[in-house]
Amino acid sequence: MSAGLLSDVLKRAVARGATAADGFLVEERSFSALVRLGQVDTVSHADERRLSLRVFVGQASAAASTSDLSRESLERVVDEATALARITATDPHAGLPEPDALIHGLPDLDLDDPTGHDLAPEAKIELARRAEDAARSADPRITNSEGADFFDRQARYAYATSHGFEREYPTSSFRISASPVASRDGSMQRDSWYSMTRKRARLDDPESIGRIAAERAVRRLGARKVKTAEVPVIFDPENAASLLRALAGAASGPTLYRRASFLLDRLGSRIASPKVTVVDDGTLQGALGSRPFDGEGLATKRTVLVRDGVLESYLLDSYSARKLGMTSTHHAVRDGAGVGVSTSNLVLQPGTQSPEELIRSVKSGLYVTELIGFGVNGVTGDYSRGAAGLWIENGELSYPVEEVTVAGNLLKMFDAVEGIGNDLVMRDRTVSPTLLIGRMVVAGN
Amino acid sequence: MTDLVRPERFFADRFNVTPSLMEKVLGGALKGRVDDADIYLEYRINEELSLEEGAVKKASRHVSQGAGVRAQAGTRTGYAHTDDITIRNLEDAARQARAIADRATATAALATAGAGKPHDLYSLDEAPVATDLARRLDLLHKVDAAARAADPRIKQVFASVGSEEVVTLVATMTGWTVGDVRPLTRLNVTTIAEENGRREIGTYGGGGRVRFDYFLEQERWKRFATEAARQATLKLSAVDTPAGSMTVVLGPGWPGILLHEAVGHGLEGDFNRKEVSAFSGRIGQKVASELVTVVDDGTIPNRRGSLNVDDEGTPTGRAVLIERGILRGYLQDKLNARLMGMSPTGNGRRESYAHPPLPRMTNTFMLAGDDDPTDILKSVKSGLYAVAFSGGQVDITNGNFVFSASEAYLIEDGKITKPVKGATLIGNGPDAMTKVTRVGHDLELDEGIGTCGKDGQSVPVGVGLPTIRIDGMTVGGTAV
Repeated sequence: MSAGLLSDVLKRAVARGATAADGFLVEERSFSALVRLGQVDTVSHADERRLSLRVFVGQASAAASTSDLSRESLERVVDEATALARITATDPHAGLPEPDALIHGLPDLDLDDPTGHDLAPEAKIELARRAEDAARSADPRITNSEGADFFDRQARYAYATSHGFEREYPTSSFRISASPVASRDGSMQRDSWYSMTRKRARLDDPESIGRIAAERAVRRLGARKVKTAEVPVIFDPENAASLLRALAGAASGPTLYRRASFLLDRLGSRIASPKVTVVDDGTLQGALGSRPFDGEGLATKRTVLVRDGVLESYLLDSYSARKLGMTSTHHAVRDGAGVGVSTSNLVLQPGTQSPEELIRSVKSGLYVTELIGFGVNGVTGDYSRGAAGLWIENGELSYPVEEVTVAGNLLKMFDAVEGIGNDLVMRDRTVSPTLLIGRMVVAGN
Repeated sequence: MTDLVRPERFFADRFNVTPSLMEKVLGGALKGRVDDADIYLEYRINEELSLEEGAVKKASRHVSQGAGVRAQAGTRTGYAHTDDITIRNLEDAARQARAIADRATATAALATAGAGKPHDLYSLDEAPVATDLARRLDLLHKVDAAARAADPRIKQVFASVGSEEVVTLVATMTGWTVGDVRPLTRLNVTTIAEENGRREIGTYGGGGRVRFDYFLEQERWKRFATEAARQATLKLSAVDTPAGSMTVVLGPGWPGILLHEAVGHGLEGDFNRKEVSAFSGRIGQKVASELVTVVDDGTIPNRRGSLNVDDEGTPTGRAVLIERGILRGYLQDKLNARLMGMSPTGNGRRESYAHPPLPRMTNTFMLAGDDDPTDILKSVKSGLYAVAFSGGQVDITNGNFVFSASEAYLIEDGKITKPVKGATLIGNGPDAMTKVTRVGHDLELDEGIGTCGKDGQSVPVGVGLPTIRIDGMTVGGTAV
């Protein structure tokens, strides 16, 4: 059905003079319920479709998208995209992947849970309510709440090219999260926790989500600044994952051919401690970042980005690959403006030490549990972000810290990785174990 | 004069949805069972042309349309949206929205009818989306040439011009229907400079609810191009930023992002109704130095953050947030205003029909003071002078905020000396504003580049600031 609509659109593009075209169609239904202080706060239903189209006229191209799938509107979109492609400059690297490179068959990655969505709104609301109740009753210092929510989304992705290729696949996702507020002596701290899965039955139970969220909020109470110092810094798994996202951004084709990456010309060289191995694998069964094929119909695979500290691969779509004289690593994704690059399941391979051992190895340093702000320069790798967490004193988490920054340079930080935890949990698309970085500047008083 | 008839006619012609039919949907499904309800229709065209490697190789055009129906009872909100605008879908959405809302006991405080006339802040004789594509292409090529001509070390130039038009129509349960046509355009320039193996990036841009010709007036395009080039080349010689607490002087204009993070978000009605903001319950208290007066003003003509009416149909206004250091007011949408017994301030905004409105900022700035900016710099023995920022974020509950400087210098003995690498500045909202010790007479608004994110919703905003001195902010450098 979806692919049929797409192939009609692509046929029209060719009839209008396009030499090639491809299209991506996403159809989704989602539901979210926020419960706050035991009462339903906001419930949203969504029913959405979006078709995006890329049209080539010779070596020139243009992109278009619409949420209006009426015949009239689709015809207009095709005509406008084809007209736009006539004014853009020719580009020798433009074009679709070779038809014989496209995926054969379609692997079942177990990404959907059709019956998981068959839950009455009341029952979904109840899951959120249980998470919030657990957070509020976990500790007397939990005095308020930004609520807890349940979210589920059912989507279908279809991709087709004007050469006659058509594939589609369904996905599901489910999430429960809680954001309680703790207070003491007139000051407040909020934190949150969540569980996200492709199968409803695999969600953590709402009580444990609420309890962890409450623990995270309460342990921040009484946070203070520390003196400015250069010390070891441990990132908890949530925040270590943000370092991987920054690394992946610098390894992505579009930033490389634009010479806007600190990983430029570093392929094959050591960019991190030999302890560091980072893998992107889009073929993991039932995982949140898995997809059978990328935004250009190329089969997803397993890519070792960094092996034992050596940068082994970039992340490329077919356009950036051609620009760099390489081949696509099948990391294309569709965005509004055409095609971009994105990771699938990006994982820092676990080490052997427990997080407690890592903490015990630090005499004086910072354990980071939250980062805020946008202080990462992808061109130079310079890194400076706001942080909160716990101060480590003689190998123990001793008191909460806030209103400080952690700063360094990503290349130096990855080089200074001294310990990697054994606590990897596949709870999101980008995941890391606990990470110990030998030296960073913590700025405070 | 804004053509207020145009949105009504637009949705009637295109989708056969008229205000009276919308009222019928609201009346039939919702009246008497909920405190408030509205239907929001939206049609959006967005075009972007972008240049890299000296050629415009990317062009895109996006159309989105849809309707959101909201019903509220007590603190409950039911929201449903569809991208297929038909009366039948609106009725379905209204039923879904009501199913949530009407389980609550409706409160005694009923929504008030929409009041006040919409403004007329951005009627244009030519919409940016209607400008000839060839003229837009030509501008990008000129920008490319100007940025490269500015300095031989500029190796890459990326320039883009985005043009948007959004047509909205809001119908409320109280029989108030109001539409808006919102043009928006932005020219952005990014450069990469290279020298001796070192690479740096510079970004500059601007725009607003203006005609395309705005970029040609006073050769703005050229200024944007040379500024982007200057920032990148300047950073090639930047030294490590000092780390720790120091005196910070912020330049005028875009550094007003400080107010957006340190003050603005914490004063949004939803956080205060829920009492989860570091500013909760502090109206009437001193939260800033008496040199500080901060306003949010959605009524400045042609500004990126301005609106004739907000996304609930309330005309925008000018809200005084802090007056001479005293906390005066919150930014309100209808829901939070009703629950707090206050009046909506015209700050109910949403990213699109797919999202329910939230209290949001428009253009947030500090009023000018008396000091001469050069005197302010001269007054600092040792510190940091920051003039451009790349973004910021705040934790509204504990009040901690950050914003990241992309152009900053050391101040030594009252003089601006070396440029330093980008660094994050961190502070605590209610505390940082008490440390403002000088306010310049040089208030400037930003160029029109701000986008604010909250609960996954992005909206265009503006900020502004005179030169100010803050005694004691933590700077996240690497030089200890």
